[in-house]
Amino acid sequence: MDQQVTNHSVAQDATSVERKGDRELVVTRTFNAAPRIVFKAWSDPELFRKWWVPKGASMTLLACDMDVRTGGKYRLQFGAGDQTMEFFGKYLDVVPGERIVWTNDESDEEGAVTTVTFEDQGGKTLLTFHELYPTKEALEEAMTGSAAGLPTQLDQLDELLSGMSA
Amino acid sequence: MVQYVSPALDLSFAALADATRRGVIEQLGRADASISSLAEKFQMTLTGMKKHVSVLEKAGLVTTQKVGRVRTCKLGQAGLKAEAEWIEAHRKLFEARFDALDKVILDMKQEEENGPASD
Repeated sequence: MDQQVTNHSVAQDATSVERKGDRELVVTRTFNAAPRIVFKAWSDPELFRKWWVPKGASMTLLACDMDVRTGGKYRLQFGAGDQTMEFFGKYLDVVPGERIVWTNDESDEEGAVTTVTFEDQGGKTLLTFHELYPTKEALEEAMTGSAAGLPTQLDQLDELLSGMSA
Repeated sequence: MVQYVSPALDLSFAALADATRRGVIEQLGRADASISSLAEKFQMTLTGMKKHVSVLEKAGLVTTQKVGRVRTCKLGQAGLKAEAEWIEAHRKLFEARFDALDKVILDMKQEEENGPASD
């Protein structure tokens, strides 16, 4: 049973989120730039930190170390209030302008593998963000777990977004 | 703003974590069915199917109604709605990210076009 939500009301570049089967979450969006440029925005830490945490969210990105090449490692440190959270892992496969594959190693159990692909579509880029969980239980855990952290963040996000569309 | 972590949502994820129960949901998406016909379709005992249906019912994914001696199951709306809400929350997060990424990309393109020549 797949569920898909796409916001068709917002211009042409809608973000689609889909739960696929038992173990996969897929997010897609088209960007108006060549894959080379979109890839750079994902792989250069200075550029990445400009957009990964939406402005106005209750979390801030304190540290962002990324060595985006096959076998390289990353470490993201977030702060929310007086708490900090770390996300880290390593890059399994990096092909500039085409794809980035990384592990998510912050939890004690086996984490998801994230694959981002950049597909050239006549000068635009179809970006696919794909998370594959080791088991269906792990995906459901992640759904309820990350949902726990989302409400405050989303409250602020809502404010931010309504402010932007005003 | 909707509370995303609710006992109802937990229940619906737990209910959907089982392949048979997902099959039942899928089946009921096509047509209402009695518990006995579901038991037959999924090749299990009536008691086994009753347990699955009861889990789905508690999660609000299925409603049942007894008419005469037959208990008919149909799809409930509550649980599916909660999962859709979770996905919508995720979509909002990614959309905010990607809107910001759009701006970063626009800056990069402008910089490439207008920026100082590198050589």
